[in-house]
Amino acid sequence: MEVEAGEVFGLLGPNGAGKSTTIKLLMGIIFPTSGSAQMLGKPVSDVAMHRDIGYLPEQPYFYDYLTAVEVLDYFARFHGYGAAERGERVQKMLQKVGLETAGKIQLRKYSKGMLQRVGLAQAILHDPKLVILDEPMSGLDPVGRREVRDIILELKSTGKTILFSTHILPDAEMLCDRVGVIAGGKLRGVGAPGAIVGVKATGMEILFELTEGMELPGKIRAAATKSGAGYRMSVGESELYLALEGLRAAGARITSVTQVKPTLEDFFMELVGKDRAQAAAVEVSAQ
Amino acid sequence: MKGSKAAAWILLLLLPAGFAGVWRLQRKINVAREAMNREQDEVLLRSPKLMKVVTGEYATLAADIYWTRAVQYYGGRRLGQNTNLESLWPLLDLATTLDPNLLPVYRFGATFLSEPEPRGAGRADLAIALLERGIQANPEYWRLNQDLGNVYYLELKDYPKAGQVYLEGSKKPGSATWMKVMAARFLEKGESRETAAMLWSEVYESSTDQTLKENARINLQLLRSDEDIERLTEIVQQFTANTGHTPHSIRELIQAGMIGGEPLDPAGYAYAIGADGKAHISDKSPLFKQQTTYRRGL
Amino acid sequence: MSRLLIVARNTFREAVRDRVLYNLVFFAFLMIASAVIVGQISMDIETVVMVSLGLSAISLIGLLIAVFMGVGLVSKEIDKRTLHAVLAKPLRRWEFLLGKFAGLVVTLAVNTVAMAAGLFAALWLVKHSIARGDAVVLVAVYFILLKLMLVVALAMLFSCFTSPLLAILFTGGLYLAGMFVSELRSLQLTNLTPQMQKFFAVISYVLPNFGNYDVMGAAAHGRSIAAMLIVHNTLYTILYCAIVLGAAAVIFSRKDLK
Repeated sequence: MEVEAGEVFGLLGPNGAGKSTTIKLLMGIIFPTSGSAQMLGKPVSDVAMHRDIGYLPEQPYFYDYLTAVEVLDYFARFHGYGAAERGERVQKMLQKVGLETAGKIQLRKYSKGMLQRVGLAQAILHDPKLVILDEPMSGLDPVGRREVRDIILELKSTGKTILFSTHILPDAEMLCDRVGVIAGGKLRGVGAPGAIVGVKATGMEILFELTEGMELPGKIRAAATKSGAGYRMSVGESELYLALEGLRAAGARITSVTQVKPTLEDFFMELVGKDRAQAAAVEVSAQ
Repeated sequence: MKGSKAAAWILLLLLPAGFAGVWRLQRKINVAREAMNREQDEVLLRSPKLMKVVTGEYATLAADIYWTRAVQYYGGRRLGQNTNLESLWPLLDLATTLDPNLLPVYRFGATFLSEPEPRGAGRADLAIALLERGIQANPEYWRLNQDLGNVYYLELKDYPKAGQVYLEGSKKPGSATWMKVMAARFLEKGESRETAAMLWSEVYESSTDQTLKENARINLQLLRSDEDIERLTEIVQQFTANTGHTPHSIRELIQAGMIGGEPLDPAGYAYAIGADGKAHISDKSPLFKQQTTYRRGL
Repeated sequence: MSRLLIVARNTFREAVRDRVLYNLVFFAFLMIASAVIVGQISMDIETVVMVSLGLSAISLIGLLIAVFMGVGLVSKEIDKRTLHAVLAKPLRRWEFLLGKFAGLVVTLAVNTVAMAAGLFAALWLVKHSIARGDAVVLVAVYFILLKLMLVVALAMLFSCFTSPLLAILFTGGLYLAGMFVSELRSLQLTNLTPQMQKFFAVISYVLPNFGNYDVMGAAAHGRSIAAMLIVHNTLYTILYCAIVLGAAAVIFSRKDLK
């Protein structure tokens, strides 16, 4: 697997697939049994290279007897900043992640979301070239997630490389230049989100409503499912006009017609399904 | 990874060197500490009352530890070479204050506190105090009476008191019959070698501690050699009276038909006749040195 | 080197905020109590009793802190995963380890010195004078500190490869064994084969000899301590700690963390 400079790379996979393991191997938290890895052109065991790397661990936990300011200051010291510069950077970071009012409170009183933000702050505090985030969105509310997304995009715009892992697919689709899909400890595919799933559309989806007293013809009734106040129906591209004609005749009111594209999720589920089937087959044959 | 593997190898090679250094330093430390300890052995916290309070429910355990130290202390001093036994008493005092039922302490303490220097501390008064405490705390243990009586008899030569103590002991349940017999002997005959011999052989029989047993055995041997020497001296005097000159060796006595064969002391060595015309133990015999260092029955 | 100090400083701060130093309050009470008790016993042994009690307390409290916090230095970081973010910094694992060691040793030093000051204050209150012989108490306190350093090193070593509970037990056990090591050497068990005797002799040199640091008798009675002993004990501690910490560093550097 390769991550190119300046891109946002998403590591996708279900829980237990090995995303965190991959990242921990890169960060030197666990050691490989074989193979090699490099970051910024140096082997991962090169500790000096960490100067240019920022890392957010999954479910970060910091010394809870320290305040956010103290934690960030502690981490900043490892990069050799003078006291004044340290103070500045810490303040800037707290602002960036929206914690400037909570800076002097001890971390033991922080919510999970707040801890996540502190984690993000310490990862980018020293302006690293490569930022590695393990499940950066976990524990955040929608507002928080939006903020993190914005930060990631901002980092990208300054030319940084970002590698993050997630099992939340919409985030990946939205942010990543490329994704790598991991399942069962193996890399299954790498490419742009669109490229992975193929651009092939699989059909059209019609949303419609019925006026009072109207009834659906049998064929349509079978194919449609209730959705909120109205109904939805999927049809192949070739049968679209036929269906629309039928609905018009029935007096239905068309509210939307959209193209259905396979999502990363479908690709994902298929992959996982295949994986599980394979695993089950292996079990059966082992017996 | 490579770096830490190299580090592992370096460490493995340095470990022997490191421990060699540790070894050398330890030897130097041992020397320094030995010099420190030689000055005076320590008994921390000499106040038994304080210790009783401090140790609380662990008093018995503490007593055992003090007792162990006493034994080690005494054993480590290589009997007879160290005359400073001032620290022995505090250890015994502490042990018995913390656990008055620790019987071995009384027996041991009595012997080695009361015996004169250089073997013992020469403090019969402390021995008596110790034993009286023991009797008070263990009123049914008649052997303490035996030990106390022995101190009065052997050290203080207070025969009536010794007899009295033995008599009290003989009244206690389970006491040996000879307690009464000995009490009678003390009260009637007072000082006598026979009584002392009986006393020591009782101690020898009843001691389980090797040191005490050995002590009793040697005392018995010395008593017997005393008797031998008395008789030999009588014979020598007889010879002198008969022949007009003092004999120069035992052989002369044998030749004169006054004794049957060469008498041996209890250690198996022949007696000698000195220039003063008196018999005495040969200087080749272990009893020679022991007669000066050991307490005698008379 | 300076990164090591960053970790050390943080470790010290953690100990302080962990309210470890509150044990000093207990120690103060102990000193007051002992002064009162001593007043009721007898003249003459005030120094002995107070110094013995004080040094015993300093040693015991220090040991408890050294063992429990020493084990926690590494295991807490691993369990709570506070370690992960730190390892992402340009910091080698052994620097991290030594930094934690230094931080705890400094904490213990501060604690011990404070207690020693309390002891001297109590002595002064009771005796109304400090004799030259009392300076030996300082040496005894220094030796206690050396001892604690070695215990922390051992605690860290064990916590690198066993669970916290086992590490505590092993460290405690090794300390007790080390106290009786000198007895081992003078053991004249004649019912052992010569090989066994040799074995015990070798073991007695390999095991850390904590008896080296015991000068309570001298301190209690104001007897001076040879300068060479001070030098040798210091060297012994440094050398042994180096061995133990070296092993810990190697193990820790290759350990897969959670």
